[in-house]
Amino acid sequence: MVSLAEDVAIVAFEQTPSHAHFNDSEPAMIMPCVNSVIEQVGMDRHDIDFTIAGSCDYLSGMPFAFVMNIDAVGAWPPVYESHVEMDGAWALFEGFVRLQSGDIDTVLVSGSGKCSPGSYREGFSLQTDPYVHAPIGLDPRTQAGFQAQALIAAGKATERDFAEVVARSHANAKDNPYAQLSGDLSVDELLAEPYLQQPLRRLDCPPTSDGAAAMVIARADKARELCDNPVWIRAIDHRIDSHHPTLRDLTDSPSARIAADRVGLHDGPVDIAELTVTYSPEEIILRDALGLNGETSVNPSGGPLTGSPFMAVGLTRVIELARAIRNGDGGRGVAHASSGPALQQNLLCVLEGDG
Amino acid sequence: MAPRPCAVIGVGQTKYKRRRDDVTLDGLVREAALRALEDAGATFDDIDAIVIGKAPDALEGVMMPLLSLCDALGAIGKPIHRVHTAGSVGASTAISAVNLVESGMYDTVLTIAYEKQSEGNATWALSGGKSGGQGAGGTFAPWIRNYIARSQAPEHIGWMVAVKDRLNALKNPYAHLHLPDISIEKVRESPMLWDPLHFLESCPSSDGAAAVVLGNDDIAKKSGRPPAWVISHAKRTEFGQFPGRDTVRPQAGVECSEALYRKAGITNPREQIDCAELYVPFSWYEPMWLEGHLIAEEGEGWKMTDAGDTELGGSFPVNMSGGVLSSNPIGASGMIRCLEAANQVRGTAGEYQVPGAKISIGHAYGGAAQYYAMWMVSSELNPEF
Repeated sequence: MVSLAEDVAIVAFEQTPSHAHFNDSEPAMIMPCVNSVIEQVGMDRHDIDFTIAGSCDYLSGMPFAFVMNIDAVGAWPPVYESHVEMDGAWALFEGFVRLQSGDIDTVLVSGSGKCSPGSYREGFSLQTDPYVHAPIGLDPRTQAGFQAQALIAAGKATERDFAEVVARSHANAKDNPYAQLSGDLSVDELLAEPYLQQPLRRLDCPPTSDGAAAMVIARADKARELCDNPVWIRAIDHRIDSHHPTLRDLTDSPSARIAADRVGLHDGPVDIAELTVTYSPEEIILRDALGLNGETSVNPSGGPLTGSPFMAVGLTRVIELARAIRNGDGGRGVAHASSGPALQQNLLCVLEGDG
Repeated sequence: MAPRPCAVIGVGQTKYKRRRDDVTLDGLVREAALRALEDAGATFDDIDAIVIGKAPDALEGVMMPLLSLCDALGAIGKPIHRVHTAGSVGASTAISAVNLVESGMYDTVLTIAYEKQSEGNATWALSGGKSGGQGAGGTFAPWIRNYIARSQAPEHIGWMVAVKDRLNALKNPYAHLHLPDISIEKVRESPMLWDPLHFLESCPSSDGAAAVVLGNDDIAKKSGRPPAWVISHAKRTEFGQFPGRDTVRPQAGVECSEALYRKAGITNPREQIDCAELYVPFSWYEPMWLEGHLIAEEGEGWKMTDAGDTELGGSFPVNMSGGVLSSNPIGASGMIRCLEAANQVRGTAGEYQVPGAKISIGHAYGGAAQYYAMWMVSSELNPEF
């Protein structure tokens, strides 16, 4: 495990509900989250030392779309600010790293994405290698289908296992006011549904979602000054696997295994895991790669199968975990974010309560 | 804790040219990365994390390209993340990589920025993905006219910068434009694109990549290569439009340089800095940034250009490598400025070396002149001023 120069805590967080369609601009979606976290810490927004956002131009269908989003954080007088073309969880990574230098105290982190105006399957197929895969339209759902089929062929999972992930996620989401989908579904009912991308059915795949999330993180002394119940970020790490599905064992996630080792995941109890399970078979792969057993509650929020605002969804996992820890549902847990097709890139963040 | 000291220990560039159709995107970034590793005396095995940057994905039509480039960059099993801050991205990517080293969490970090503009239509992308856009020159020309009106600068200043940077580029084998017969007359007679900017006062559209290997103090001392210590860095952002905004000397640019100088202990930039690589995509931005980044008093920047102070051999050389006016793979251009500033203080700038340069700055700006990223490098870890 990497030794850290500074203890860092989450002191405020906010998310939008996962919207099937948010009928306004992306900055309008982010701004209430930013306003809320600023209000929670009781700071003037100009006293925030560093601001960093995660978003993706391609979701908005416009180069420089992220420039509009600075309207939501406020950039006058000028601010010390940056942006990653990634999920907000990687903005959190960079903010966390920045605090380790010890010369600043607070970072405002956000993530946002609006999928509803476009076809995210078409958009995301442009994530693949532009010479071999993108021209044939190899989109993430197709690759998730390959992954699911590989699990079945290897004897590691069945379609019933996938349906059980879906049923539990939707049931968990009943108590989550931010979820887009929820309800009681029987595994047999789910298995009776037609295939969407064999062996995946509609609810094995995420809904189209719009959403945003924001948080303030701070160095230890400042964190205690700003809130009574900081949630400590004990470790954060991310790793990537080969882009080419034929060069990988699709039934495993070596990058998640490395990240789990680097964050010292099992150096303490793992009460809760909020995982970016965008397609139901991914939960089975991640449980195995992260070494999670029956003692860990996986996706008590319902997870991305019940609301998946890309570019905010990973940061939202961190928020859901922080909220659960604040509520006393567990003392220590892990949040996971993912990027790329078939779980190519994985980030883990270990949180602990102030106990 | 104080930030861990961080130094440039290796740099790599591709040849910049109109069209690199001999390599894929993967091949392009790998070419720069391997050269930087070779310069650092390192291999991919020595790299703890990778940070990449480029301008909008729509320039090449590849969404979140770190995913497909990670194999070529030796990133498998490692952290890799992607920065995007408009035209300033090359410099802000380098600064993000410095943050990784300064955090103490990563000892050796590889950072790469690139653009392969021949694979797309830059003016379309720079116009926010709308057809019939005015492009970057159309955005900046009115502000340049405003600068000329405010400073009473004579019209030949822009032509002088265009000639000076192209003559410097003749000494740089990586530069895109090599125009040995460039002259004031040729610049003046070239077609008017956006008044007052002539064709030869504008940057080219280039393919290319630049890479830097950064190490902490232990790594830098062990490497055996001359280090360029990153003694200060700063970034600032402001809104692109609001009533009363000063578009000639934007406040974010002023505050960015103030923060940069404060951290380094610089009190007189003109005297204490030996040379600068400033992001000058259109000729007039040289005097505008000399003023906007507090190297010259307001209204005095053009006089430095006019007096030859910014020439190689002048008292404050600017864009010794030929600058953005000679090579412009957009997303990489800011990193090239940072890299060339490092070359100067490492004494590795070849024919465009400023003799005895100890302190230099790399700079980039972007968006509607609203994003700023700057770093200061030194041949010494703790220079005295």
